[in-house]
Amino acid sequence: MSAGAHDVAIYDVAIVGAGIVGAACAYESARRGLRVVMVDRDTTGAGTTAAGMGHIVAMDDSEAQFALTRYSQRLWQELRSELPDDVEYEQCGTVWVAADDEEMQEVERKRDYYGERGVTADVLDERLLRTLEPNLRSGMKGGLLVPEDGVLYPPCAARFFTQRAQERGARLQFGVSVGHIGESRVALRDGSEIRADIVVNAAGASAPDLTPGIAIKKRKGHLVITERYPGFVRHQLVELGYLKSAHSVSSDSVAFNVQPRRTGQLLIGSSRQYGAEHKEVDHPMLVRMLQRAQEYMPGLGQMSAVRVWTGFRAATPDKLPLIGPWPGDKSVWLATGHEGLGITTSLGTARILVDQMTGAKPEIPIEPYLPSRSAQEHVHA
Amino acid sequence: MSSSARQKFEVLVVGAGPAGMAAAARAGESGVHVGLVDDNFSPGGQIWRGGVEGGNPQAAGWMERLQAAQVVKLCGVRVFHQPETGVLLAETKDEICELRYDKLILATGAREGFLPFPGWTLPNVMGAGGLQAMVKSGLSIRGKRVVVAGTGPLLLAVAAGLRKHGAEIPILCEQTSWSSLARFGLALAGQLSKIIQGLQLMKELAGVPFASSSWPVAAHGKEALEGVTILRRGKAETVACDYLACGFHLVPNTELAALTGCQVEDGYVRVDEFQRTTVPGVFCAGEPTGIGGVELALVEGQIAGLASRGRSTQARELFAERRKLKKFAAALEDTFQLRPELRDLPSAETVVCRCEDVPHSRLRSYPDWRAAKLQTRCGMGSCQGRVCGPATRFLFKWNPDSVRPPIFPARVEGLAMAVSGPELEHQEITGGCQ
Amino acid sequence: MPSAVALTVNGVSVEVALGTTVAVAAMQAGQPCRISVTGTPRGPLCGMGICFECRMTINGISHCRTCQILCESGMKVTTNE
Repeated sequence: MSAGAHDVAIYDVAIVGAGIVGAACAYESARRGLRVVMVDRDTTGAGTTAAGMGHIVAMDDSEAQFALTRYSQRLWQELRSELPDDVEYEQCGTVWVAADDEEMQEVERKRDYYGERGVTADVLDERLLRTLEPNLRSGMKGGLLVPEDGVLYPPCAARFFTQRAQERGARLQFGVSVGHIGESRVALRDGSEIRADIVVNAAGASAPDLTPGIAIKKRKGHLVITERYPGFVRHQLVELGYLKSAHSVSSDSVAFNVQPRRTGQLLIGSSRQYGAEHKEVDHPMLVRMLQRAQEYMPGLGQMSAVRVWTGFRAATPDKLPLIGPWPGDKSVWLATGHEGLGITTSLGTARILVDQMTGAKPEIPIEPYLPSRSAQEHVHA
Repeated sequence: MSSSARQKFEVLVVGAGPAGMAAAARAGESGVHVGLVDDNFSPGGQIWRGGVEGGNPQAAGWMERLQAAQVVKLCGVRVFHQPETGVLLAETKDEICELRYDKLILATGAREGFLPFPGWTLPNVMGAGGLQAMVKSGLSIRGKRVVVAGTGPLLLAVAAGLRKHGAEIPILCEQTSWSSLARFGLALAGQLSKIIQGLQLMKELAGVPFASSSWPVAAHGKEALEGVTILRRGKAETVACDYLACGFHLVPNTELAALTGCQVEDGYVRVDEFQRTTVPGVFCAGEPTGIGGVELALVEGQIAGLASRGRSTQARELFAERRKLKKFAAALEDTFQLRPELRDLPSAETVVCRCEDVPHSRLRSYPDWRAAKLQTRCGMGSCQGRVCGPATRFLFKWNPDSVRPPIFPARVEGLAMAVSGPELEHQEITGGCQ
Repeated sequence: MPSAVALTVNGVSVEVALGTTVAVAAMQAGQPCRISVTGTPRGPLCGMGICFECRMTINGISHCRTCQILCESGMKVTTNE
């Protein structure tokens, strides 16, 4: 971690951003024998990664999204026995909650969609839902249980990848600010330079600062964590209206989203805002989010909340991440734009990124995530 | 589900210790609607706990002035958030309160500083002020053996108080050196009130063994404390006892100031000569601006109260006394510096973050507070870093994080309370001790 | 003579003077307030509502800061697990 030292070695890959995506890429690159250096202005997993919920979920918003999340989810399952205890990986499953008949139809559609693609998904009627999650308010129509989904604690997961990368020879330069990347160089603000054949921009919401022209916008979110109330919630609970919230490209929205942590604490979300640049807690947004949460789970109101925080997701116009070479500069590659699915898709992202670097055949089609897909379009206003 | 209540004040004072009481009284005496908020069930803060009802004439005197000035006292009310400028959110047992104000005076006081050492998490190991608070809340210590340790003049006051309640004090351990204390004594010589206080204390503590350059190295016991090993003149001695009252000076409560955007420098809230913070309309008085004791808090509180009402001439009349008392504050800070040996007290297994049980060995490899927090959860527990923050700042030279709402754990329904418009009707807060 | 308040702490009957806090009642009953995340017993530390070591469950409500709560007749207080 020597800020100021002139780096004359040339790396195969320099990764800017040691969040969960960057760290996973560092691990994957190092694992496959590439000479890697990873740079971050802070430490690993301290940015958006630390703000996130850590929900590992197979999402059916689009074929491409499903393919990447499902692929990644499987990789997490394969990795789970190696994960240290403090990563707190739990396969608690997701329950998508339906509040009305329309949402129950959505439940059926999802069940079919998952079923056709080999993901176990069980429809819950009103009674079964109440049995599984007695603290949801009465009158819920039912839900869909997806038992293969899970949760984990993101900062420790990022650290795990970083440590693994380091064990396989990756160099780390933390606490250094990057001024400029391009032409096989990472120019640090202290005047020194890192040279690498490929520079990966894994800087999340800050990616456009380093690579102007990337169509990424910040999407601010709020989360609240409570004291320990073990057993109050058993699965990650998400309202089906969540998709409407995540879908919206321009307006602010909230959705009921509650996660049980292994500690017994509850993580309450979620909110999405465009155009918010400061990280201060936005009270009206917080109010909306918590009132929505209490609508689904009235018992939350009396719980003690210990902390509220915000984070900035990196959102792309088509809701798919950017993974692969950036047309604007031969040496610059992207691994960013993961919106609310960075934790889940970090492993899959790393695999297909390094597949492209090494000429290996990716296990899923990669065209939907290639940065070249948007290079022709005008920059998003 | 809690009910909600809204109140508006011209001047709102947060913290009903000496500084807050003085500020509220002075502001209220100018004839405006003043509110005084505190999370304890009675005014007085820590040092005057149980004192306003008559136990302490000075405290009772200020209480009378508050009544006369018709200050609205909101007790058992805990402020947790500032959702927008001019509004604070607070909660009681059954209510969420929205408090609107034109001027805000922060008199949030200080808390004890704790340092970890082996066995410090055993039941009956408490802060010095902590044990004193328990005694004032009904704990009987008659015939009990209490070792008092740590640093600061608070130890003497606590020991004297405990003795009055019938406790036996086998030893009082002050980590500061004797020469440092002697210099402190000389610095006080210029203040008659302090000399009198000192003599009084000496009388009350006659016969209590006192050791300087002395500190606890381990607390022992199975389910609760049974004895303490202390270091005295380089030698370890084990003392059997029922309680250990151990506190290392005071830490200013600057969380609300930081939340409201006030500049906090070197751990203290920056104020000008009128006790104005860097945020317009927000004042701060007492310990958060510098640990200085009751007399200084009273003067600063009065200056803030007067200044909040534009009474600068009257405020100026108190400047000379404040200057004098600040010398005592400076001497305090100087004398009771923590010695470096205290950094070596914790063993590898000693818990440093009590809320999340994070031991010393896990923390010492991290370069800063934030990295340690994210990876180990140190500071993420219920106390929000109030205990482990100052401890780790001393142990590892870390700098603390920024402050986020809620500044105390608060009910979710409170965070979910939308702020009303300024013209809405005001319902009285039904809880408290009005 | 101050009136007495009767309550139970972990099933143990305790009688305290009016104006006594629940934390003190627990101490007098010899009961820990809470069990820490690694299973160690804890009692009050700061006495002023900031350390959270005095948390207990009162009448079914967990995470109550007992050093700031006065005893009331009939309260059922248990160690916060």
